[in-house]
Amino acid sequence: MTRKRRRLTVVFLGGLMLSTAAALVLTAFEDSIVFFHTPTDIATKQDLQKDRRLRVGGIVKEESWRKKDDGLTHDFLVTDLTHEIRVAYKGIIPDLFREGQGVVVEGRLLPDGTFRADEVLAKHDENYMPKEVAEALKKSGKWKGSAVTGTPDGDKPYGDKPYGGKSYGGQKESAQ
Amino acid sequence: MIAEIGHYAVVLALMLSIVQGILPLVGAYRNDAALMGVAEPAARGQFLFVFIAFFALTYAYVVSDFSVALVAHTSHTLKPMLYKISGVWGNHEGSMLLWILILSLFGLMVAQFGRNLPGSLRARVLAIQGLIGIGFLAFLLFTSNPFLRLDPAPVEGQGLNPLLQDPGLAFHPPFLYLGYVGFSMAFSFAVAALIEGRVDPAWARWVRPWTLVAWTTLTIGIALGSWWAYYELGWGGWWFWDPVENASFLPWLVGTALLHSALVVERRDTLKSWTILLAIIAFGMSLLGTFLVRSGLLTSVHTFATDPERGVFILGLFIVVIGGALVLYAIRAPMLKGGGLFAPVSREGALVLNNLLLATATAVVFLGTLYPLALDAIGSGKVSVGAPFFNATFVPLMVPLLIACPIGAMMAWKRGDLPGVVGRLRVAVGLAGLVVLATVMIDGNTDIVAALAMGVAAWLVTGAAVDLAERTGLFRISFSETLRRAANLPRSAWGTAIAHSALGIMVAGITASSSWQTERIQIVRLGDTVELAGYEVTFRGASNVTGPNYTALRGTFDLTANGRKITTLHPEKRDYPAEKSGTTEAAIHTTPIADVYVVLGDSDGKGGWAARMYHNPLVPWIWAGAIFMAIGGMVSLSDRRLRVGAPKRVAHKTPAAEAA
Repeated sequence: MTRKRRRLTVVFLGGLMLSTAAALVLTAFEDSIVFFHTPTDIATKQDLQKDRRLRVGGIVKEESWRKKDDGLTHDFLVTDLTHEIRVAYKGIIPDLFREGQGVVVEGRLLPDGTFRADEVLAKHDENYMPKEVAEALKKSGKWKGSAVTGTPDGDKPYGDKPYGGKSYGGQKESAQ
Repeated sequence: MIAEIGHYAVVLALMLSIVQGILPLVGAYRNDAALMGVAEPAARGQFLFVFIAFFALTYAYVVSDFSVALVAHTSHTLKPMLYKISGVWGNHEGSMLLWILILSLFGLMVAQFGRNLPGSLRARVLAIQGLIGIGFLAFLLFTSNPFLRLDPAPVEGQGLNPLLQDPGLAFHPPFLYLGYVGFSMAFSFAVAALIEGRVDPAWARWVRPWTLVAWTTLTIGIALGSWWAYYELGWGGWWFWDPVENASFLPWLVGTALLHSALVVERRDTLKSWTILLAIIAFGMSLLGTFLVRSGLLTSVHTFATDPERGVFILGLFIVVIGGALVLYAIRAPMLKGGGLFAPVSREGALVLNNLLLATATAVVFLGTLYPLALDAIGSGKVSVGAPFFNATFVPLMVPLLIACPIGAMMAWKRGDLPGVVGRLRVAVGLAGLVVLATVMIDGNTDIVAALAMGVAAWLVTGAAVDLAERTGLFRISFSETLRRAANLPRSAWGTAIAHSALGIMVAGITASSSWQTERIQIVRLGDTVELAGYEVTFRGASNVTGPNYTALRGTFDLTANGRKITTLHPEKRDYPAEKSGTTEAAIHTTPIADVYVVLGDSDGKGGWAARMYHNPLVPWIWAGAIFMAIGGMVSLSDRRLRVGAPKRVAHKTPAAEAA
């Protein structure tokens, strides 16, 4: 086998693999990317693909958290202080889930406008707020800096401790 | 005083690294032995000073010297000693100092064991290491000085993030950094070879041990991180395709490709420029990983403080180091002529296939990790790319790699005999088929994909065993002759077989734990029994306990199987008052074939507790696989051929080496 033919074989194989990978990536992007939205986005944007999995972030509204009798189904409002959305979740709530603090939920929007979350991602520190939530609040014009719950790029040099999980602490829904 | 000594030592180390980075390069260019000779004492000195600095910081942690700002912010007198020491690298500044300590340690090792390297190559390798050292020491001094004082010193420290107070995580960073920084050796050798304009089998033999060290330690580091995530985060998962995990996985993938391609350079004197490129990219991915987790771009348990200045500095360093190396590569690589020709069906061909698949997989993971960041940077919305994406892209690329692995390992160099190799692997084919059938029979739901994956796992393990049996002539010749051959088999052949079968063990663990996991989430009351995959878990109450620096709510669960008591499980919810934070400690009962995993949740206020229980079949096999993989790396490392002192420039071929 000549050098030229060997090179051709390798180039052909490489091209084949790259195009396979490109096809895989494109189909996977189509199906599995999850977009982040604020409650205001969901209330006002018409062009949202509402049948997709979504992430919604904001603050858990004060005195909105209810637990159903089974002890596992939770119900709360997520607000960006302009609009709010009702979230239903069945499972164990993360350790530091609190009313009045930031949260990101992932799941689907139901036709009646409630959000059925199968993941609740809460921060693990009282001074930290998910970056997306801070920006959502800034967008809604209700950002009060550290007066609300502290800023992600806050004043304490070492203070912005992570929230648990790797990127996010979170709890997955039960399989049932 | 001790902090000032540490600070001063860092400055001295920076000065020495400037000397080490420049003079030997000039010396090698002018062929001036005296200037080249500066490299080794400079490398030793650099290690000495960095070690003094590291020791000074450790001392400040051990005695809880809160006049050092870093100690005050990340330590506490009540913290157990292990976490006082691991706290040294449980923060940004200290972890960068650890990074530099390891970098200078590798420099020291070249100075100590690199006697047989040609003078100019040794000088250039050490100089490149010195240049990398300049970048990181300057980064430490100018943006992340760990020795800043605090006046007045607080009486008590603020404590370390409780999630990091864990034995698994105490050793995760040192191993991970040994891996990351280890690839700097392959990088330095690659750049030095580009400057020299020469890459030959001897070069590959010098690079391979460093790559093996880096790859082995990175394997251990990633496994420790994943193990920690499994038992500490409390949702029974062990890999989340999270950006910070991917940041460590990318250099591992490229490093794996590099290990295999360097083999081709060593044996067949070809694939040279590709191997050089992989060496550059492997270190590039290590730097990228450091940049991603240290810049604050990703919010995670690794992000200690977001300081844009640091992110910009590391990004600049990344661009200079990798950009510079790639420019040099573009100029010099065409000079590197490949030697041996080979047919597509041959060991070389199989290794090329391995490299193409690993490189494509790296590209896919890279894309999935950076796409959300890129999209955010150009302001077109926030997205998250999670496990479904990687399962749909990475896994299909791994399938051909895993299937080809045993075949490729048995293929002859130059021109292979595919039907012959498959014929010799018929035992493995048969066993894999049996495993598929058995899995389908046991698993009533007939998850055919999972059954096939278990077959692939069996194929990898038995394929590696068949390879060893063939080489030692097992069952074909007398047993004593087999033993003699086994003893004479090169260690690298053992290492390969161990690592490849470890991959099979890992595939089995991954498949079983993700396909047949049983999960129960429910409210339990005193005396309630939950059935869990053949076990019964009975709740016996919850009580308050006090630890050294935390208070905890501890649950008691009896684990029984068919009424026979096995053990008592104690999951905890801990509260760390100093850090104003809490952790969830899962209770895990491990058997060779499964884990029972219990997490205690909240009280429902009416005498019931939320509890989450998992039965994770074969999950221990994942860690066992990682351990065997690392053992394979170490066995391979002990091969005589790879001892830095042993090889001579003229490659002498022994029959054993040929056979391997």
